[in-house]
Amino acid sequence: MTRMTQRKGGSVVLLQGNEAIARGALEGGAIFCAAYPGNPSSEIIETLAEASKDLPIYVEWSVNEKVALEAATAASFTGCRALVSMKQNGVNVTSDFLTNLTLSGTKGGIILISCDDPSGISSTNEEDSRLFSRLADIPLLEPATPQEALDMTKWALELSEKIKQIVMLRSVSRLSHTRSNVVLGNLPDFKQRPHFDVSSPFHTFPIIEKHIQRHQKLEQAREMFEESPFNPYRGPSKPELLIISSGCAWTYIGEALDLLGLSHRVGLLKLGTTWPLPKRLLKKHLQMCDRILFLEDVDPFLEDNVKSLAADMGKEIGLKEFMGKASGHVPDYGEQSPGVVMGVLGKLFDLDWERKRYRDKVTPWEEGLIPPREFGFCAGCPHRGSYYAIKTALAWDGKEGFVSGDIGCYSMGLFPTGFNQVKSVHAMGSGVGLASGYGKLEQFGFDQPVVTVCGDSTFFHAGIPALINAKFNASDILLLILDNSATAMTGFQPHPGTGNTAMGTPTEPVDVEALCRSLQVHVEVGDPYDMRDTARTLYRLMKMDGPRVLILRRKCALVQKREEGFPYLMEVDQDKCLGESCGCGRYCTRIFRCPGLIWDKEKGKASIDEVICVGCGICAEICPEKAIRMEARI
Amino acid sequence: MPHNLIITGVGGQGNVLASQIVGMAAVDREFRVTIGETFGLSQRGGPVMSHIRLSKEKNYGPLIPPNMAHFIIGLEPLETIRILLEYGNEETIFIVNSRPIYPLNVIAGDVEYPDLEKVRSAISESGGTLYWLDATQRAVEMGDPILLNMIMLGALCGLSPFPLEIQDFKNVLKKVFATTKLEINYRALDMGLKLITEYEN
Repeated sequence: MTRMTQRKGGSVVLLQGNEAIARGALEGGAIFCAAYPGNPSSEIIETLAEASKDLPIYVEWSVNEKVALEAATAASFTGCRALVSMKQNGVNVTSDFLTNLTLSGTKGGIILISCDDPSGISSTNEEDSRLFSRLADIPLLEPATPQEALDMTKWALELSEKIKQIVMLRSVSRLSHTRSNVVLGNLPDFKQRPHFDVSSPFHTFPIIEKHIQRHQKLEQAREMFEESPFNPYRGPSKPELLIISSGCAWTYIGEALDLLGLSHRVGLLKLGTTWPLPKRLLKKHLQMCDRILFLEDVDPFLEDNVKSLAADMGKEIGLKEFMGKASGHVPDYGEQSPGVVMGVLGKLFDLDWERKRYRDKVTPWEEGLIPPREFGFCAGCPHRGSYYAIKTALAWDGKEGFVSGDIGCYSMGLFPTGFNQVKSVHAMGSGVGLASGYGKLEQFGFDQPVVTVCGDSTFFHAGIPALINAKFNASDILLLILDNSATAMTGFQPHPGTGNTAMGTPTEPVDVEALCRSLQVHVEVGDPYDMRDTARTLYRLMKMDGPRVLILRRKCALVQKREEGFPYLMEVDQDKCLGESCGCGRYCTRIFRCPGLIWDKEKGKASIDEVICVGCGICAEICPEKAIRMEARI
Repeated sequence: MPHNLIITGVGGQGNVLASQIVGMAAVDREFRVTIGETFGLSQRGGPVMSHIRLSKEKNYGPLIPPNMAHFIIGLEPLETIRILLEYGNEETIFIVNSRPIYPLNVIAGDVEYPDLEKVRSAISESGGTLYWLDATQRAVEMGDPILLNMIMLGALCGLSPFPLEIQDFKNVLKKVFATTKLEINYRALDMGLKLITEYEN
């Protein structure tokens, strides 16, 4: 029994937003929870997987977000409650099923959690997933605090079951990774017995009728939203300015108003139910004031929808001045923050709020004094070896070859840590699809070699169809599967190749090599730590035609370090290292860039940082003077 | 006005655990706590910053408004000076660990790590109070550099305006660490407190 699985409510605990969502799902009786890992959403399923040790629920890491939603929907169709969670990109993946599911409707309460990532703190984009709620007529909730995350998740399951429609809840990184006091509610008994009523099938036909029903469900939700406690107002009854906000952005505004002394002049309406909009509630508040400001994370979602509503109500509420992203008052990109909010309000009310004297004093010290902290592969990371081998092979070939990249730690191949070999990164599996296309360009005179890289989890997620496409169309593709036996980027969640499930149940691992061989494509296996041999293999494979797969297999260094450790003690023989006079131009630290290899400024020679070096031994190969020595650990 | 504390450093320094311990201790003392964590690609060597806000009245938002930090714990000097302009003010109290963790671009020779004396004087001349501690050194002497975060938390307890006491943290550690690891972490907290009480500018 943990704080997450205590049955009785009432106690106050410190919970992270994602943990609060998980607790809300439990309090709402979700017995089937599925997801594909992705920051900032991963902790939801991790928390539920942990809870499954004490509670009769089922939790899985699915192969991708679309399958996760489909699997969870099976629970809903049989009358049970379910949760599916993902990062914003995952909503794109699942959207094909989602937009049809909203036509067929659902049965047991089901909720889709999307954790968006404003400013793309750990993503390839900062997409606003709320647009899907409009696209597919899905009721949308936006919690602002961990307490609301819990309360809304729980309520969303009830709402979904009532209107027989999936409900969406949008979190953002800041909320998902915020911890605060949360009051727990009671847990139910989880006594749900799945049964599919064969007299009530789920499909989208007749389409027009189902579309009409979808709108009716939305209207039902709208009625409930009108009275929702999730839409509070604070401020005077006749404010000079009305701010409409939602989600985490709202938490900055009240404090900003207090700090700027504007609380008695400005009204603040927070919307927790952001699609469909509660019309009567908005009418009441829009009538209070003629100047409206919108503050929300990423896209002008509330802004556009409220403006559209205001146009419909024009005759009753009169002409309004709207300020937000469209008017240029608020940046139309990036995360909201107290600084952004105070900046917008300070300008509107002509307030001098910045600590100018302090800032003027400190600014010159910061200028030129603060280098950015470059991202890099960990010491011992097999990806460093893989990219070094790729760099070597492409240089031997000398035809401006490049890497078509994908999503994972190895996306950092874009940067110096991966020797800048990667020239494109987009979505899960897209590097393979692109490579499949490059592989058909030769007939038009394209002669640059392309290597595509894909991690094991990404390969299962979306790489397989692209590889099959390459096989089907006889594309000249060279796919490197960087198999580190982990979903490392997001925190080491199990995947089909690891041999265990989210709930810790042992499972027969899917054999990547056998799977590729079954397609009858050319398959080889290599060791990224053996950089020279891997480069030779790569060079040989580059000269072949058709689909080829090279599996580079080595455990993620973080896992290796935790499980078994590394074999070597490294040392730089500073008598052998020629330093600046070598002519190598500090190749080991400047190019190879392992954080365990450092430059000893005093001696002007390379050195090992014993705290950071793990002892993988691969750098011994790169020194032209053979000054890096490895010695077996005893 | 809440107590605004920032813990800043680099992935792997135990930042998130430290902020959780402060948060749990504060909940036990009936504070309303909000902790905002920024840790993007932290495992891959990036900066990690936690904003911790404690109040007896209400929960504040997860980010501290510009220049309103009361306390800044810098686990790493460069990461401390990185946030000086945005969050510091003339009254901020800094506890900074003197040991740099060099970014890859510094190791590679692309850019220079700022001169440590300059970092130190910039922070102290910004107006606040600076405790510049060789905390990593002490942690290594105690047997493990990972004890750094506990030393820094112990130091925090030595500041009279900070509302929690070392015993509050010790009570939480019992819930967080295995019994075998408790004693050394208690000692690290005590060490931090001692460094502050005996600190001479």
